[in-house]
Amino acid sequence: MTGRTPSGAGALGLEAVGISMRFGGVLALDDVSIRVEAGTVHALLGENGAGKSTLVKCLMGFHRMTAGQIVIGHREVEIPDPRAAHARGLGMVYQHFTLVPSLTGTENLVISRARVPAVIDWRNERAALARFLEAMPFTAPLDVPAQRLAAGERQKLEILKQLYLGRRILILDEPTSVLTPEEADELLGTLRALVRTGRLTVLMITHKLREVSAFADTVSVLRQGRHVGTARVQDLDQPTMAAMMIGERPAPAGTARGTTAGPVALQLREVRAPDRTGRKVIAIDSLSVRGGEIVGVAGVAGNGQTELMEILTGQRRLESGTILVDGRPYVPSRAAMQAAGVRCLPEEPLRNACAARMSLVENLAFRTFDRRADDRRRFWLDRARLRIHARDLAARFRIRAGSVEHPIASLSGGNVQRAVLARELTGTVRVLVVANPCFGLDVAAVAEVRARILTVRNGGAAVLLVSEDLDEVLDLADRILVMSEGRIVHATRQADANVGVIGRHMAGRA
Amino acid sequence: MMPAEPDLGLWGVPLAILGGAIRVSTPFLFVSLGECLTERAGRVNLGLEGTLVLGAMTGYGAACESGSPWLGVGAAALAGALFGALHGILCRLPRVNDIATGIALMLLGIGLAFFLGKPFIQPVAPDLPAIPFGWWSESPRVRAALNVNVLFLMGCGLAVALAWMFRATRVGLTIRVVGDSSDAARAMGARLHTVRLLATAAGGALAGVGGAYLSLYYPGSWNEGIASGQGLMAVALVIFARWHPLRCLGAALLFGGAGALGPALQAVGLTQGYHLFYAAPYVLTLGLLVATSSPARALAGAPGELSISR
Repeated sequence: MTGRTPSGAGALGLEAVGISMRFGGVLALDDVSIRVEAGTVHALLGENGAGKSTLVKCLMGFHRMTAGQIVIGHREVEIPDPRAAHARGLGMVYQHFTLVPSLTGTENLVISRARVPAVIDWRNERAALARFLEAMPFTAPLDVPAQRLAAGERQKLEILKQLYLGRRILILDEPTSVLTPEEADELLGTLRALVRTGRLTVLMITHKLREVSAFADTVSVLRQGRHVGTARVQDLDQPTMAAMMIGERPAPAGTARGTTAGPVALQLREVRAPDRTGRKVIAIDSLSVRGGEIVGVAGVAGNGQTELMEILTGQRRLESGTILVDGRPYVPSRAAMQAAGVRCLPEEPLRNACAARMSLVENLAFRTFDRRADDRRRFWLDRARLRIHARDLAARFRIRAGSVEHPIASLSGGNVQRAVLARELTGTVRVLVVANPCFGLDVAAVAEVRARILTVRNGGAAVLLVSEDLDEVLDLADRILVMSEGRIVHATRQADANVGVIGRHMAGRA
Repeated sequence: MMPAEPDLGLWGVPLAILGGAIRVSTPFLFVSLGECLTERAGRVNLGLEGTLVLGAMTGYGAACESGSPWLGVGAAALAGALFGALHGILCRLPRVNDIATGIALMLLGIGLAFFLGKPFIQPVAPDLPAIPFGWWSESPRVRAALNVNVLFLMGCGLAVALAWMFRATRVGLTIRVVGDSSDAARAMGARLHTVRLLATAAGGALAGVGGAYLSLYYPGSWNEGIASGQGLMAVALVIFARWHPLRCLGAALLFGGAGALGPALQAVGLTQGYHLFYAAPYVLTLGLLVATSSPARALAGAPGELSISR
């Protein structure tokens, strides 16, 4: 009744043999062969764009692979679409949740079954689910709409769903990217325990070496669409794994840190604003950033960081409170930003900081197109000058674009990020506000963006870094704040930072 | 006009509003239930105003030709379903916007109805039956107010049925999934386009029935001024009802009551200014939309795939 595969339960082995995948002229996967033993946790490691997602999408039947075979439990199988994959006991937990936001846990589980009765007897279903949950090592709230669950609970519900559907091989795409370190450890620990009972085989995409070392049995590394190697985790140390993942490449030059912090440049006092649901309040009593200092705001996604960014970029109105820049009241507007030297790199820059259909030239000129060199207002645009300006920035920030006249939406995510950074870091910067600056960038680009942020800090600007990546905050920030439920719940200096304490505050359990 | 009767005085106003609410709200009810169904599947069909007029014309024509008002209702539903399906099919094409398509189809529907409906302006079609819930009263006005059309009762039943469908049936849950998250629906293997197409067609059929009510019961004849924006207001009404069928019923009654305000005041002998109250439904629409929307927060309950909430 729960759509279990007919041939009994228990973990199955999975093998990809010589898989190639070509998108147009691009060879995304080149003859990749990977063997996942039954009843193990197998990590698939690689940088962004290495082909990890493409590989698992081929296995799940989302892509029709150009060449190659799939073997499940010693039998060669055809997987033309996701339904066929499900019928073989193959399930996937995606990076972006596939729970339906407005449906409750119970509704989500029942509707995802292969066979759902035309009229659903909820009392029966609830009883059956309760019995199912009793046999599981962990649980999740089932009577609340999925959108109201915390990220960790949602991720657990996703996994429960796959088990409820009777999957015997589970593919996880960066399952911990939205979790606190504590939640991540708990989740991976329970998964590993499940695998140990012989019920499940897990193939986990990740780029977190720590999780590979702690929770995986074997690891396969992909680089630029090729299989670099597979090894038992106990035979590899993290530097070796990193070297396999990144390959031969000069290490990015680190930027030296200055130590002197100047006077307070950015200050928030008693700030109150509604969050995006309108039900909760963002309340920041006091936050200050000194010149020459990076203050990192850590927190699990959806705890008010987005709203904090929107307050500072002028996308969200304050209910009360004041923002001060260099001691003067600051109400975000284009003119005020120009005057006070406030610059922003919001998350999802294509949506929040660009006009997607306008060209790279135009997007790079948003701060300056109406100013002459002597800072007087100009009426007619000087297109030739803008183009030169854009070419110059593109070269300096290594923005790769077919042409500077192409719409900015045609650029890759990393290049959009660089473009916005290029625009925002040109001219006098007193205060820089950045959110998730390295989200979705590859290792080289990450190093470059971080180096640029450090350069700005060393130049005496105040930097507020809002990031869901705790490692990034620990790496970059001089002081660390933790945001939870719209409030700042913890503050520490980098030198005194304790990951455990921070993680507990992030989870709202301190 | 009115025969001699016991004077109800100002009590006549709430009575007339109640009767009017029931009489006027039926098209609102059907169109909003249709729109609710369509929007729950993730699409906005603004063409329902056109579907309503087309349904009114088809229903009237079919009832004239066949002599049966119920055949008229059936024909109106069929015409509405075809028109809804046309919207659904057009929206499947790449880079087609459902709002723009809806407006185009609204104009097409109205034009088509006027063009094809010319021969039906003179003849008289049989009316839909009504149930006299006011039999106990002596007053003809009480009787008139409580003369409830069968379609209204069917609409109430339909609202309950839709609410139950969204909660406890496979079809209902599938529609909610498709409307809330395309990715989840695809991962589940639901046929996104088919579900949306069918929901839009079914929504069109309901709007067609609403049209048949206009021409076959109240006002009860076919002419070119038969609809007055009910199809468009129903969209606002669905937002006000937070995409819930039962609340659609309440909202339709509210709008119907507002629509009955002008005639009711006129009936008690108000000679000046009652025209202003004819605008009540439109003012109400505007007021509700302003009151329930906010730039700072998302609409609670809005299906996630709706082009207006994305």
